[in-house]
Amino acid sequence: MQKLTNRSVVASDKKMTFMERIYVPAILKGMSITIKHFFKKKTTINYPEEKREFSKVYRGQHVLKRDDEGRERCTACGLCAVACPAEAITMVAAERKPGEEHLYREEKYAAIYEINMLRCIFCGDCEDACPKEAIFLTDRIVASEYKRKPFVYGKDILVEPMDLRVDISARQTSAVHDFKSNKAFAHNR
Amino acid sequence: MELTTIIFKTIFLFIILLVTLVVAMYSTYAERKVAAFMQDRNGPNRAGPFGLLQPLADGLKMFMKEEIIPLTANKYLFILGPSIAMTTALLTGVVIPWGDTLTINGHVYSLQMADLNIGILYVFAMVSIGVYGIMIGGWASNNKYALLGAIRAASQMISYELAMGMSIIALVLTTGSLSLHDIVAQQHGMHWNIFYQPLGFFIFLICAFAETNRAPFDLPECETELIGGYHTEYSSMKLGFYLFAEYVNMFISSAVIATLYFGGYNMPFIDQLGLSSNAVTFIGMGFFFIKIFAFIFLFMWIRWTLPRFRYDQLMNMGWKGLIPLAIFNILATGTYYFFTSLK
Repeated sequence: MQKLTNRSVVASDKKMTFMERIYVPAILKGMSITIKHFFKKKTTINYPEEKREFSKVYRGQHVLKRDDEGRERCTACGLCAVACPAEAITMVAAERKPGEEHLYREEKYAAIYEINMLRCIFCGDCEDACPKEAIFLTDRIVASEYKRKPFVYGKDILVEPMDLRVDISARQTSAVHDFKSNKAFAHNR
Repeated sequence: MELTTIIFKTIFLFIILLVTLVVAMYSTYAERKVAAFMQDRNGPNRAGPFGLLQPLADGLKMFMKEEIIPLTANKYLFILGPSIAMTTALLTGVVIPWGDTLTINGHVYSLQMADLNIGILYVFAMVSIGVYGIMIGGWASNNKYALLGAIRAASQMISYELAMGMSIIALVLTTGSLSLHDIVAQQHGMHWNIFYQPLGFFIFLICAFAETNRAPFDLPECETELIGGYHTEYSSMKLGFYLFAEYVNMFISSAVIATLYFGGYNMPFIDQLGLSSNAVTFIGMGFFFIKIFAFIFLFMWIRWTLPRFRYDQLMNMGWKGLIPLAIFNILATGTYYFFTSLK
């Protein structure tokens, strides 16, 4: 059978040699290994003070983007909810009233938009499905809670505030944009 | 005895008790730090600077825990167990010479609580009684794991005490005295017993590991098989006493090893410095503690390197390995002194 690693050792019941039976050489060898590790650099990241560097395309807590004029991009089409394999997304659509043009980009918008963070598996399919570039995953970590209820995130948490725009340029590259808008692709026709 | 001597001894006793407890307390901290460092971790570093208040927090936690005595346990023996373990662990420190003599106002005080002429035997007696602490605790718990742990502890300690005693016999052949004070005084300069009794030291060291129930001989409390061993049923500070007694034992064993084989408070070339006798005493005491800490580190180093021995390996090593080796050591030492004394 092919070996998976070069570390695998065949177990045997052979009698131990004298050097093995007095244990001391093996013990000294082990001690030299542990003392080497004693002076090694520690791998710990002291969490609240230091933070691990995330990948640029880390898939963390979602954000619902606004456009440059501060209008919500989401039109409550429901494609993200359909794409979601964990069925974590629900929404209720509503029609834009006259005078609300500065709030919502198109005639239809999501009155309620909820993601259950306990169900979400952070696959990013919602982001791929979105035709309006409204939902993105960010490098933020979902905060821990004491109860299950607060994990259902509503629009108050998901929609980005105007004064605290969330940078998603790492995920919204020109390649991604091309993939979503180029009419050469069958899925855009 | 003069009044000043009594006052001095009383103060000295409290200092020893305090030092023993503080060292044992910070051994728990050092143990966690050493373990962490050897596993590329940081160890406790939240309570106070560098986590230095961690032992206090642990102690406080132990005191706050609920005190549980199982219904089926023998209540008196259940309480007696940890008391014996702790008492015997602390009693051994009495005969160890912590330093040379101190001269205050013309009075000469010895920095040893009691210079018993059978000091080594006293240490052995205390260590042997320590087995009762574990045995009684395990028996009184009325729990099969506790009993198994206690039985293992008893058989292990008795087995290794033999080899330990025999390695000491060879040492006594070279020193000609059972008094710890005399043994240390003889090692003045660089005449440490380790150079005369390397094999004896080796046997003694292994047995010291077994006597203190430290890894790789921690079978009495091996958590992977026996839950907690003899202290399975214990909670709160009674458990704390058992765990603490182990660290006190480790400190005392290190002190005994340093005394018997590494010259105790003797420091090489100290006479050439031309210091006053009190200064020499204090420096020697500091050096003694450095030796002790080095041995405590060795204890921890071994613990975080080796896995636990299997029970048959343990017994094989004790009876078929160490005891013949110790007997050979006695014979060799005896033969050597017999022929050198003939001349």
